[in-house]
Amino acid sequence: MSKKLHGIFNDDEVLLSAIKNLRAKGIKCVNAYSPYPVHGLDHALGLKRTRISIASFLYGATGTSLALLMMWYMNIWDWPMDIGGKPSWNLYKNIPAFIPVTFEFTVLCAAHGMVITFYLRSKLLPGVEPNVIHERMHDDHFVLTVEGKESDESQIREALKQYGAVEIRS
Amino acid sequence: MSNVESSLRPALILGDKTLHDITEDVCRPIEDKPNKYWWMAFGLASAIFLWWLLAVTYTIGTGLGVWGLNKTVGWAWDITNFVWWVGIGHAGTLISAILLLFRQKWRLSINRSAEAMTIFAVICAASFIVVHMGRPWVAYWPFPFANQFGSLWINFNSPLVWDVFAISTYFSVSLVFWYTGLIPDFAIVRDRAKTKARKFWYTILSFGWVGSAKNWQRFEEVSLVLAGLATPLVLSVHSVVSMDFATSLVPGWHTTIFPPYFVAGAIFSGFAMVQTLLLITRKVLNLEEYITIYHIDMMNRIILITGSIVGCAYLTEFFIAWYSGVEYEQYAFINRATGPYWWAYWSMMTCNVISPQLMWSSKLRKNLFMTFFLSIIVNIGMWFERFVIIVTSLHRDYVPSSWTMFHPTWVEIGLFIGSLGLFFVPFLLFTRFFPVIAMSELKTILKSSGSQSKKGATHE
Repeated sequence: MSKKLHGIFNDDEVLLSAIKNLRAKGIKCVNAYSPYPVHGLDHALGLKRTRISIASFLYGATGTSLALLMMWYMNIWDWPMDIGGKPSWNLYKNIPAFIPVTFEFTVLCAAHGMVITFYLRSKLLPGVEPNVIHERMHDDHFVLTVEGKESDESQIREALKQYGAVEIRS
Repeated sequence: MSNVESSLRPALILGDKTLHDITEDVCRPIEDKPNKYWWMAFGLASAIFLWWLLAVTYTIGTGLGVWGLNKTVGWAWDITNFVWWVGIGHAGTLISAILLLFRQKWRLSINRSAEAMTIFAVICAASFIVVHMGRPWVAYWPFPFANQFGSLWINFNSPLVWDVFAISTYFSVSLVFWYTGLIPDFAIVRDRAKTKARKFWYTILSFGWVGSAKNWQRFEEVSLVLAGLATPLVLSVHSVVSMDFATSLVPGWHTTIFPPYFVAGAIFSGFAMVQTLLLITRKVLNLEEYITIYHIDMMNRIILITGSIVGCAYLTEFFIAWYSGVEYEQYAFINRATGPYWWAYWSMMTCNVISPQLMWSSKLRKNLFMTFFLSIIVNIGMWFERFVIIVTSLHRDYVPSSWTMFHPTWVEIGLFIGSLGLFFVPFLLFTRFFPVIAMSELKTILKSSGSQSKKGATHE
């Protein structure tokens, strides 16, 4: 049986060095919660780089194509209009006037696609009940969740204390 | 993190705060009852807002004829106000996006309220667009719907259509940028909530945020990419607004300098509005240790530089009018400066070109009364700039028999003054219900830029 324990810290540097030491001891650090983004925390925990910016690029590229396709269809293919003699018979010649909308639509898709992906992947939605481990974990305390065998519990508690945890919750 | 910032740099958070102090100070306005100044301001803003409501109702019920427009001056205060409000919005994005890319840490105490200002200012701007259509129930016409009125599509060569795309993208992207930053701060308010109602609402608003390492990693990446997207976006929005004029053939509007000139003016007026709002906010909500004299000084420097760019653009415009050799163009500019609207032109010149030059003095930049006074002056000046561009270019057209003046009616005046109510009602509610400082992000610089880390510095 494996067991989860939450070590509570009150300083980000202590947390970072605790993660390093605990991992060196072979104790599995599952997750950490902090009131603000702690620089280097993702590396310390061994998290992979997020691919959300790649997703954003793909959404943006989709937006670019959709916008150009839409304007080509509406103003070139389906119903060309002679507006002040501007070239309206092919996309190539009309493209300068299409750039602003193409740009805006690219940004629209890249930004909203990325943010929606972020919310869904991180399970951030209105109505989600938060799992608040410590009442001050968003204020000035840090939570480190570790996992180990039930039989090792006392050793893990000892190690957490040794590396600066001010409190341990299970 | 270790302290890697020079101790000679001024502290960004005064009063030797701890992490918990930041939480307490920022949450206090939300958790306490509002004081009487807030109620007075809210009452006044609501009264002005009612005037706006009345003016809008009357306009839509009767028609645009109630504004005082005539066949020569077909755009007047409506578009002036639209451009003025959009411009004000730009400072919020500049602070949150461009200063993020430049790693300017002083943005952290002011970005939240500046972005709120952006959102509400763009709402005000959009209200003028919808109302000036005269028939707001057909406001969806500029969108590319397949329509049942014939097989016509909208014309994508038109800057007015670009504007629809630019403003709606700008508004929605600013909104999600702002909201994503708010989520961790809502979580703090949620965890501290004492009453059931507050717990319920902030649980919904905070989207179940718990601040895990993976979420923060994504959060930081999302903020960075959004800043990268919002930076060209904000520059494009006012460029597109300026093209509403620049692509026309009206002398005084038909100039290639408009996009950069409008963007500089937008940031100039936006920072002035940020100053006006923050000087009051920091006092009323006791945030003087977070929004320090240094922050005010930095913003005044941006006002000085953008004000100088605007002044340079005014002079360039005048020079090019003469240099073009086009009689109509030359007349449009001579008429601005010496014609019947000379007072508007010289108000603009005094407020926007001469007054910001006082900011060269370090003493004046750090003087709160002077800053507040100048911020109001700049906002007045920037309103006149748009009025001068729009009305003086139109009122004397190619046919002297149709030369005329523009006289606003109480409805037109009510729409403008009332839009201040439309702005201040949500802004005041924002100061009561939302954390006005991005406390989660501000906490990241406490160790490097808090006053306790600067002890022992030998500067002064």
